[in-house]
Amino acid sequence: MKPEIEAVDLSIDGELVTNILCRFLQNEIHRAGFQKVVLGLSGGIDSSVVTYLAVRALGAENVLTVTMPYKTSSEATRVDSQTIVEALSVPTLDVPITEQVDAYFARFPDATRLRLANKCARERMTILYDQSAASEGLVLGTSNKSELLLGYGTQFGDMASAINPIGDLYKTQLYQLAETLGIPESIRSKKPTGDLWVGQTDEEELGFSYAEVDRLLLLMVDRRWRRPELIEFGFDESLVDRAIALVRRNHYKRRMPVIAKLSFRTMDRDFRYARDWGT
Amino acid sequence: MKEQAETAALKNDETDHVASRTLRIALAQIDPRLGDIEHNLELHLDQIEKAKGQQADLIVFPELSLTGYFLRDMVPDVAMEVESVAIKAILEAAGPMSVVGGFVEESARHRFYNVAFFAEAGQMAHVHRKVYLPTYGLFDEQRYFAAGNQIRAFDTQRFGRVGLLICEDFWHLSALAIMQAEEVDLLICAANSPARGVGKGKIQTAETYRNLAETYAQLLGAVVVVVNRVGFEDGLCFWGNSRLVGPEGTTIAEGPLLDESLEVVEVDRVALRRQRLIAPLARDERLLLTIEELKRIKRQRYET
Repeated sequence: MKPEIEAVDLSIDGELVTNILCRFLQNEIHRAGFQKVVLGLSGGIDSSVVTYLAVRALGAENVLTVTMPYKTSSEATRVDSQTIVEALSVPTLDVPITEQVDAYFARFPDATRLRLANKCARERMTILYDQSAASEGLVLGTSNKSELLLGYGTQFGDMASAINPIGDLYKTQLYQLAETLGIPESIRSKKPTGDLWVGQTDEEELGFSYAEVDRLLLLMVDRRWRRPELIEFGFDESLVDRAIALVRRNHYKRRMPVIAKLSFRTMDRDFRYARDWGT
Repeated sequence: MKEQAETAALKNDETDHVASRTLRIALAQIDPRLGDIEHNLELHLDQIEKAKGQQADLIVFPELSLTGYFLRDMVPDVAMEVESVAIKAILEAAGPMSVVGGFVEESARHRFYNVAFFAEAGQMAHVHRKVYLPTYGLFDEQRYFAAGNQIRAFDTQRFGRVGLLICEDFWHLSALAIMQAEEVDLLICAANSPARGVGKGKIQTAETYRNLAETYAQLLGAVVVVVNRVGFEDGLCFWGNSRLVGPEGTTIAEGPLLDESLEVVEVDRVALRRQRLIAPLARDERLLLTIEELKRIKRQRYET
């Protein structure tokens, strides 16, 4: 990464952010009439940070972590999840998804890797929502701002949740927060992976590093820099164009389904209430 | 000739009022519940009782303290007239204590305003309709509210000349220029400011507010009070950190970040006198010059 790009400041105040996010979790969960939360734990940085925040905000007894391995899930995923569970003494439930996913794809043996990855993500979502009903806990989201912007997630899969405490933090910032929260080094230092297939890493699949694209996104999205300004500053033209295209192409994932307008008041268009309406 | 008369009128405009030397001001940094007037009224009455217990002369609540902020289509549902039951209950409970609070006002023409009121001895002394309705970024106020069209100070029995602004009004230099021309002794800003920017040990919006309040206090030679709410609405975090700044521009007391609180602060009017001797900025203002220059800009921009 060029030094001028590296100098773009993504730093956050870990204590302040922890303070705000713990209050956010308490407030949004309690006002919705809940005491508990449920979340999928993969042992990656995102779900580890959310687990630590939830335990700090609500107490371990009110947090249910669910591990949902597929047959190709790595040993590291299992070990790292276990590390978090033990470190926090947080309740956990293991629900492997191999059987049901494979039963489905037995009918579609030619399915692509992407279809399998999406199916796994959506299978996990249905389990989390079922456990939500079983344990009277709200499902916490673990998608970060980098993923949400680049569309690096499965709609109605890992992107589905009731409340997401980390959706306005870039991946790079999550590493800072993880340090503040005291998340073990082994989890903070491993390469980001969706564990979608054997040996998969996010950065190889995306073709750029989070450290660089996060700085690009910060300038582009938060500070409103335009394409020529980003290139003049030193970002590679192809990276800039790729990021612009991904953000635009995946916008549908961040929105409610489009409703054909017929009446004078239509959901999400001119029927506008806060989600916290009446709480 | 006309200008001479104008100047004479301006000179005579200095109002003399009886004001107490010390004032106890309560900053009620509350967490109103969205759209729940009944609950929020209870919150007001509770804070008023507590402030009375601490011999406060004035209690200041944040913007839209009776309704919460992110109302959107709820605006007409929570709107009330100035002579509503809830407002009456607050004035009665306050008794001799003055109160600043906020609600949604529905006018006779069914316009909805984001207002802050100043009540004194059980009577409504002033209602300010928010002039600058932010409609950018996360804000959408012009969609729901009509904009006020007056920025005026008013005389009070105990506090001298008081100015009342709401949140975004405080970011407009013109509003502050008017307050300086009004020679306010006390400027109050009722706010609902959501946190943005969490780098390097501070909330960026809170820092900006601190800078504005301290700068304005110094420039006005007045006490500046900012009361901001706390709590969450749809993921927006209101950061609190209400503040009372003395006329020399330093913070005398502040509420905590993020927590509810009731700070009762005593201010001594003699500090105002000292500051105006050190820097008689309002006295030296060239009001007519400013007016002429603004008229010139108006001609150039709107009449050519």
